[in-house]
Amino acid sequence: MKKLLLSSVVILIGFTFIGRLSYLQLFRFSPDQILDDPAIKKVYDYPERGYIYDRDGRLLVGNQPAYDVMVIPREVKPLDTLEFCGLLGIEKSEFIAKMEKARRYSSRLPSVLVPQLSKEDYASLQEKMRHFTGFYIQKRSLRYYNTKSAANVLGYISEVNEWDLQNNPYYVAGELKGRTGIEKQYEEVLRGRKGVKHIQKDRFNRDIGPYKEGKLDTLPQQGKEIHITLDKELQEYGEKLMHGKRGGIVAIEPKSGEILAMISGPTYDPALLVGRQRSKNYSKLHYDTISKPTWDRSILAQPSPGSPFKILNALVALQEGVIDPETKIRCYHGFYVGNTLRGCHCGGGIRDLNSGIYQSCNAYFAGTFRKIFDKYETTDKGMDVWEKHMRSFGLGDFLGTDLPTGAPGRIPNKEYYDKWYGDGRWAASTIISNSIGQGEIAATPLQLANMTAAIANRGYFYTPHIIKSIGSNGQIDPKFTEPHYTTIDRKHFEPVIEGMANVYNYGTARWLKIPDIEIAGKTGTVENYIKINGERMQLTDHSVFVAFAPVENPQIALAVYIENGYYGSRYAGHIASLLIEKYIKGKITRKDLEKRMLEKTLEHEYAKPYSGEPFKINEYVW
Amino acid sequence: MFGKGLFGRLDWITVILYALLVFIGWINIYSTSVGETDTSIFDFSTLYGKQLFFIGLAALGIIFVLFVESHFFERFASIFYIVSIVLLMGLFVFGKTIAGATSWYDLGFFNLQPSELAKVGTALALAKFLSDIQTDIRTGRHQLYALIIILLPALLILPQPDPGSSLIYFSLFFVLFREGFPIYYLGILIFAVVLFATTLMFGTVWVAIGLIILALLIYTFKKASVKIPVLPVLGVIIASILFSLSVNFVFENVFEQRHRDRFALWLSLEKDQKKLDEIRKTIGYNTYQSEKAIESGGFTGKGFLEGTRTKGDFVPEQHTDYIFSSVGEEWGFLGTSTVIILFSLFFLRLIYIAERQKSDFSRMYGYGVISILVFHYFINIGMVIGLLPTIGVPLPFFSYGGSGLIFFTMLLFIFLKLDSNRLKDGI
Repeated sequence: MKKLLLSSVVILIGFTFIGRLSYLQLFRFSPDQILDDPAIKKVYDYPERGYIYDRDGRLLVGNQPAYDVMVIPREVKPLDTLEFCGLLGIEKSEFIAKMEKARRYSSRLPSVLVPQLSKEDYASLQEKMRHFTGFYIQKRSLRYYNTKSAANVLGYISEVNEWDLQNNPYYVAGELKGRTGIEKQYEEVLRGRKGVKHIQKDRFNRDIGPYKEGKLDTLPQQGKEIHITLDKELQEYGEKLMHGKRGGIVAIEPKSGEILAMISGPTYDPALLVGRQRSKNYSKLHYDTISKPTWDRSILAQPSPGSPFKILNALVALQEGVIDPETKIRCYHGFYVGNTLRGCHCGGGIRDLNSGIYQSCNAYFAGTFRKIFDKYETTDKGMDVWEKHMRSFGLGDFLGTDLPTGAPGRIPNKEYYDKWYGDGRWAASTIISNSIGQGEIAATPLQLANMTAAIANRGYFYTPHIIKSIGSNGQIDPKFTEPHYTTIDRKHFEPVIEGMANVYNYGTARWLKIPDIEIAGKTGTVENYIKINGERMQLTDHSVFVAFAPVENPQIALAVYIENGYYGSRYAGHIASLLIEKYIKGKITRKDLEKRMLEKTLEHEYAKPYSGEPFKINEYVW
Repeated sequence: MFGKGLFGRLDWITVILYALLVFIGWINIYSTSVGETDTSIFDFSTLYGKQLFFIGLAALGIIFVLFVESHFFERFASIFYIVSIVLLMGLFVFGKTIAGATSWYDLGFFNLQPSELAKVGTALALAKFLSDIQTDIRTGRHQLYALIIILLPALLILPQPDPGSSLIYFSLFFVLFREGFPIYYLGILIFAVVLFATTLMFGTVWVAIGLIILALLIYTFKKASVKIPVLPVLGVIIASILFSLSVNFVFENVFEQRHRDRFALWLSLEKDQKKLDEIRKTIGYNTYQSEKAIESGGFTGKGFLEGTRTKGDFVPEQHTDYIFSSVGEEWGFLGTSTVIILFSLFFLRLIYIAERQKSDFSRMYGYGVISILVFHYFINIGMVIGLLPTIGVPLPFFSYGGSGLIFFTMLLFIFLKLDSNRLKDGI
């Protein structure tokens, strides 16, 4: 017994150890993943973010260096705090608080003390930096904007948040990511791919050399430059014209579907969302819930389109064969729905297609609308046909553009009205407002511009898009080069376009004619209401205008929507006319017209409902 | 193998196992301490270079030991012991403090740790005392003498403070057990340890209830023919409860917080998982890191010099007390089990050799050597793999350190020398 005691103990210990070791190394074995091994540090090499150019190769967005002042707390030697704070432009208390924060994070690792110094601050600081041990300057790249316009299109970048980190393994805290606009849509193209170096470190986090001689390291992949379809000058000019006005403008090149301008008013300088003042500026913009500068009206606002929609009803009626261009309808300074007269401003009398369009006669289009429905035995059938035609113009649903946001608009269908009125309890006369583009129809300025492009092309459109080319080979998504045909035959467009041209020759926009350019257009004046504190108020009509030019071989199709701009030719018509001239001629000949648009604002209209006083709408004087 | 000379009589199996352990140990010290720019393994400014130098010294020590007359060790055992004790006492005056412990003499080129020397001295002295013809371990007086020989150096080492080394001396009880010291003492010791742990885990009340239930069970299921007197059983229960109460008192009032935390960790006393994790990463930082390193090695390990945690110095004291975690990370389960098997074979071989001694002194000294080595091995690896609380003792032949390596080697080779001489002992 006593001779075996020690041997037994040795064997027992051996088995216990091997048991424990198999538990640790075989059962609980968790190989160090390169991602979470505490002994491997990943150092990233960031490629420069791709530049953004306009359609003619003019720079819109580039990069600029910014300088972060970094600190490694344990290396800091006593310093002249006052002088240092003066150089950094911060208060002493702020300095102390930031130092404390850095120390709490880690005394051995660098923290950002003051982020994003400008080049000028950096210059003055750089000379003296060597006096301040423990501090150093780290360069980083920020976006630089070569324009004060197109903030809504370009979008902005910001640091990734918790959600991004959890949902996309590519990102590491502190990296930047496109949030809206082009920056978001083409994030991966612009960003490139960061390179990574694996560094073996010790438990104090000090580097002690490359891990596995750098076998796993990767090189950064440059971000690609992209060209977008915007015309920088047109965009900038449009934004200037929008000064003091709310609304959206979209201009499209009909033969390609390329978006030439996409303007939302009010807007902001994209440079506001870069640099040290970023978050302050962002809150200011974000919390302006009345004028909503960050809400892109060109693709998100969905007002009723108003009279431009009459063109589509005319096209549908022609396609269905219920009218021909000579069909006459009488206007009684309005039209009757049952026994009530609904008004019309066209002046009354006999209207045909041409004068119906250029005088924007409500009665003519109400009659046309009825004829479409009368062709079919049931209202439901008529509605289906009408809806199908409308949707073929890209209305009532998302267009499928390459913009990260958008709105579907609305083309009502029979289910919609069955729900609203009850099955069989409505007819063409019930929904007659749709004939003149009021009622339940809604469309974004982008959809209106696209619809206009489809008319300009006499029957087809390309999905509107903002990307012109990516990188050097220039490939873009093939879905943008595929025409979408409307359900209307080509031959029906000519009489309608003639009517639209006459809008400028004899009609509602006759004083907006551009010398030497033949334009086809259509005004719109849209009644609208607002609810403030539960009280429904009618506001001054929205001013809407769609147009394309030249009539033969169109180069530009656009839609302008100005909130509370009163009748169509007033604000929207003016702006449309100026933009077309600018785009086609490159200069403005009608300086008085231009001066008026640059100076006039609608701030007084926008203030009305919030004034708390009774107010008048649709005042004629201006 | 080498004829009938000294080398022929040396137990080469042990020598080869010894050499293997030293070699594997050095490989791992190299791995923990090699730098990116190092060029030569003989660079004595590096830890592995120094260890190589210590291995050289140990080799010299071996030669010295082997050429000394066998009886010298028996004859001068008491002198060794006295010198050890004097050196230990001298530390209070001349000691050099490293890492908070005053355990070293500064010899200029070398820091001498006398507690390592004292292990040799004590093992020799105990063997000498017990093998004396007049000693009878069954008598209380001689048991007391033996205890004094063992405990005196332990008491001198404790205040350095070096509780780990001090604890090692208790391993010499195995010598006593081998020589007829009543084995139920060991039973009492184990019972006390179990009581200690269960009291901390469940509290005195449950321990008392458990003991009573145990007693009742014994009475219920015992054979009718076996008579167990009631009074002594009652006495054992009462004594146990008193011990259990004293455990609480000692734990709360004598122990310091850091000791309490170690036990909290070891026995999972802290029920709050969050707090337990916190303790694991602070108080148990070393063990946590060493377990993680071992776990990450898996079956085959990451390969020589490929242990990222080893390279990154994530395990503190890895070249000394935590050297085994480097084996775990770089050589995996294959490596660790190989080392365990080598150590086990080594110890079993030594026990076999001890049992074949004709001289009582040689056998007893052998047992002393084995006990000391096994105890180091048990406490060190037990701590590194998270089975035992943190107690700082080196892994024999493996851990970095000159005094350790040289005196463990001397300890071993004195025994091998005695063994090589065993055939003459009878004459």
